[in-house]
Amino acid sequence: MSVLLAFTAAVLFGLGTWLLLQRRLTRIVIGLGLIGHGTNILLLTSGGGGGLPPVIGKGDIEDFADPLPQALALTAIVITFGVTAFLLAMAYRSWQLTHDDVVADDLEDRLIAASRRDSHVVDVESADLERQNDSAGDDS
Amino acid sequence: MNSALVPLPIVIPLFAAALTVVAGRSRALQRIIALLALSSVVGISIALLIEVDEHDIVKMDAGGWAAPLGITYVVDRLSAIMLVTSSLMLLVVLIYAIGQRGVESEHVGFTPIYLVLASGISASFITGDMFNLFVAFEMMLAASYVLLTLGGRPDQVRSGMTYVVISLVFSAVFITALALLYAATGTVNMADLAERMPELSSGVRTGFSLLLILVFGIKAGLFPLFFWLPDSYPTAPGPVTAIFAGLLTKVGVYAIIRTQTLMFPPDSQQGTALLIIGGCTMVFGVLGALAQDDLKRLLSFHIIGQIGYMIFGLGLFTVAGLAAVVFYIAQTILVKTNLFLVAGLIDRHAGSSRISKVGGIVRSAPIIAMFFAVPALSLAGLPPSSGFAGKFSLIGAGISAEQWLIVAVALLVSFLTLFSMTKIWAGVFWGDPESAPPLDEGRTHGGPPLMVFATGVTVALSIAYVVFAGPIYELAERAGSDLMNPRLYIDAVLGGER
Repeated sequence: MSVLLAFTAAVLFGLGTWLLLQRRLTRIVIGLGLIGHGTNILLLTSGGGGGLPPVIGKGDIEDFADPLPQALALTAIVITFGVTAFLLAMAYRSWQLTHDDVVADDLEDRLIAASRRDSHVVDVESADLERQNDSAGDDS
Repeated sequence: MNSALVPLPIVIPLFAAALTVVAGRSRALQRIIALLALSSVVGISIALLIEVDEHDIVKMDAGGWAAPLGITYVVDRLSAIMLVTSSLMLLVVLIYAIGQRGVESEHVGFTPIYLVLASGISASFITGDMFNLFVAFEMMLAASYVLLTLGGRPDQVRSGMTYVVISLVFSAVFITALALLYAATGTVNMADLAERMPELSSGVRTGFSLLLILVFGIKAGLFPLFFWLPDSYPTAPGPVTAIFAGLLTKVGVYAIIRTQTLMFPPDSQQGTALLIIGGCTMVFGVLGALAQDDLKRLLSFHIIGQIGYMIFGLGLFTVAGLAAVVFYIAQTILVKTNLFLVAGLIDRHAGSSRISKVGGIVRSAPIIAMFFAVPALSLAGLPPSSGFAGKFSLIGAGISAEQWLIVAVALLVSFLTLFSMTKIWAGVFWGDPESAPPLDEGRTHGGPPLMVFATGVTVALSIAYVVFAGPIYELAERAGSDLMNPRLYIDAVLGGER
């Protein structure tokens, strides 16, 4: 059982990380959600195997499941939920402003890079970058 | 030593946040509540500092449940120093925000969220429990997401995305670390973790030590995890950037210091790794700063450079090193907040924060130039500023620990910092502006009276810091020796009840 859960957590982490590396915010949100699930499963397995519900009088204390990781996972779920809602609101705001939810490049960085180089090179480079961004946006 | 004062710095701002939501119709009422709440937190923090200096450690078990089962709130000298500094800065910046009329600080949500941020910052200094530390960080971060993007402008949304996503990754890695810690030791109470850590094999301990450095390194902006910081901080409104720059990264540094000194026995402390990380953080921070043209971005890179110095002091793992770090953190919080408040004044006075566009402020608003000069000298570490005292004690600690390489790097970075400050001075205060600054109010006063007053208070505080450097350093030294002797903390939390 633990091996299966550990494997599930690993798969969720892997998929989540892959989605996190995309440029669209909606995909990043889904990726973060998956990673969140992975961490919650990890938290639950950290308390050892399953057992009886930990209510006094329901059985022998030795057979109880560890209640602490459950409480921790519950808190983590609530926090992840709230922040995910905030991220979605931000993706919507981004769509309102630009009709897109691609995470844009840092403009200031580009300006600094531009001031250090020959203007011709920069034009070619920024055109290249834009093309890459477009294609990254399209195929993902 | 138990004290009922301990949870108040968390509870008061949170309660006041609820009140300000109820009082949402009146900005004036909201502000009065917030000012009262934060002033009382300053008072309580000072009372706690005095109490802690007498009894070493003050704690409170929530609901009367003793550690390690219950949740413990602990204040030692380091926490108390951090509390006093942070609550003072939160109060001053709130005054500044009230003075600055703008979309963000007029927003109905500003005051409640600012108070939640204050509560989260206090909570992360006070808590004695790893999971509570996570919750405190989340409170602080959730509030910071909203403060950063409150205006809803395109640049805020863009940088907000980077900031929120990196913070969420931080949270996920933090929970993962917690799950692994719990699986290995069966506890999340810091003192209890410290007690059980020696039972683990040394490889596992080293793994945990590095994992926790990684987790808090994201928030502290350590090399190579700092890339998000200079991108996101400058887009927030002036006072918000000041509080982010002054406090948020230092909470990360505090968490690194707390976990590394308390939980890990000397044989699994990552001294060398921390020295290397600290050195790289300093160098990359200052080199990044040299390339910038925007004042706020330039100062944001300097935040990273400063973090490097703190990690350097921690990496020594000597009493002198830790004392120097404690002294240096409080000083940096003052100076950094001060610099960003001045940057806000410049932005308002000249209509831009680009060094290439602004100029001649020393003639048009001499008071801003004066307010900038004090913290700038301090950042570069020139005598007789407070930064000189901080860097002097750090480098002294480095020399007595015979870490010559890192001392050389620290001196070189100081020199480059001075160069970057002269670049700002020459560009912003001397030189000619691209276009003449608008002839409106505050042309010679520097800005609205409350903003100038708040900035003046931070300048006065940083001057007071160097005047009273002797007693403050002695306090920092006591804090450093506490940190090197984790038994004190463990016995105070777990003692008695066992």
